Amino acid sequence: MHFFAETSWSPYAVGIGIGILSWFSFLVSRKPIACSTSFAKASGMIEKLFRGKKVDLKPYYQKEKLALDWQMMLVLGIVIGSLISALLSGDFQWQWVPSIWANVFGMNPVLRVIVALVGGICLGFGARWADGCTSGHGISGTLQLAVSSWISAIFFFIGGILMAQFIFKLIG
Amino acid sequence: MNTTKPMNIHPKDRSHLVWGLAFGIVFGFLLQKGGATKYDVIIGQLLLTDFTVLKIMLTAVLTGMIGIHAMKTLGWVELYPKSGSVGKNIIGGLIFGAGFAVLGYCPGTIAGAIGNGYLDAVVGGLAGILIGAGVFAALYPRLNHGILNKGNFGDLTLPRLLRVNDWIVVIPMSVLIFLFLYWLERAGL
Repeated sequence: MHFFAETSWSPYAVGIGIGILSWFSFLVSRKPIACSTSFAKASGMIEKLFRGKKVDLKPYYQKEKLALDWQMMLVLGIVIGSLISALLSGDFQWQWVPSIWANVFGMNPVLRVIVALVGGICLGFGARWADGCTSGHGISGTLQLAVSSWISAIFFFIGGILMAQFIFKLIG
Repeated sequence: MNTTKPMNIHPKDRSHLVWGLAFGIVFGFLLQKGGATKYDVIIGQLLLTDFTVLKIMLTAVLTGMIGIHAMKTLGWVELYPKSGSVGKNIIGGLIFGAGFAVLGYCPGTIAGAIGNGYLDAVVGGLAGILIGAGVFAALYPRLNHGILNKGNFGDLTLPRLLRVNDWIVVIPMSVLIFLFLYWLERAGL
C-alpha cells in the first residue's frame, strides 16, 4: 500500500496505466476516454437553468444531448481519483497561485484567476472547435491512428508552445 | 432518450454510468500521481523544460495503440476515429493550444487540478471553459456551415489513408515513439 501513498510515480508507469485503462474503456464501455464534450454539456445544462427548455433546441445541443452521460461521470471520477491520490500522499493543498506563475507574475490571486478565466474561455472554445482535447484527440484519438487527432494533437502543442513562450519570454 | 431525470435511468444505463465514474477515478488517480494535475508540470512541458506530460501521453498512446489494435484484430473492439477537417483541427488546435498555455490545464487535467485543491482551476479555469464551450455552441450553426467543414477528410485513419493493414502503421509508429522516449531520456530531459 506504500506505493499508493507516494507523491509521484514514473511518467512511464502512469502512461502504461492510462494505456491499459483505455483498453478496458473500449472493451467494457465501447468508448474512448475523452473529457471536453462534458464541459459543453455542463455549460448547456447551466444555461438551461436560466433560459429553460429552448436551450435543447440549439443545433449544437441537438448533436450533443443535454443529459448526464458516461463521459460526464468520467470527468467527475477524475476529480475524485485525483483527490484520493493527493490525500493518500499528502499532496493535497488549497492553492491559488502556482509557483512558476508566481515567480514571474507575483502572488496576486486576482490576476491569476483572471488570466485562468481568459485561458479557460479560449480552451473551452478551442476544444469544441477542434472537436476534442488533450485526452480525446491527444491520447484516445492518436492511439486509434485517427488523422484528425494527430493533426489536432500536433497543433495543440504548436499553439501551446508558442503561447507559453510569448507569456514567459516576452511578457514575463 | 428519457435519461434526463436520474430516476428514470435504466439499470443497464446505470451500470454504464458507474463504469464511466470508475474509469474516471482511475484516470484521475493516475494523472495526479504523474503530476499532470499541476500547472507547473504542464507549463514546464510547453516551455520545453519538463517533458513529463509528453512522456505520459506517448507511453499511454504506445500502450493503448498496441492493445486496442490487437483487440481490433481479434474482433473484440471497434474503433471510433473522429471525423476531421483542415479548418476544424488546425485552427481549433491552435486556439486550444493558446488556451492550454494561458490556463495551464486542459479539460481532463483541470478536473484533476480541482481534486488536487487548486483554486485557480475552479474559480478561473472551470468557469472559463464553461463560458468558452457555451459561446461555441451559440456560434456552431454559422461555423459549421463555413470554416469547420473546410478541407473535410472525414473519419480517416492513417492505415486507411495509406491503404495498408493496421499493423503496417502500428509497428513503425511504436518504434518511433519508443525511440523518441529513449532519446528524451538519453538527452536528460
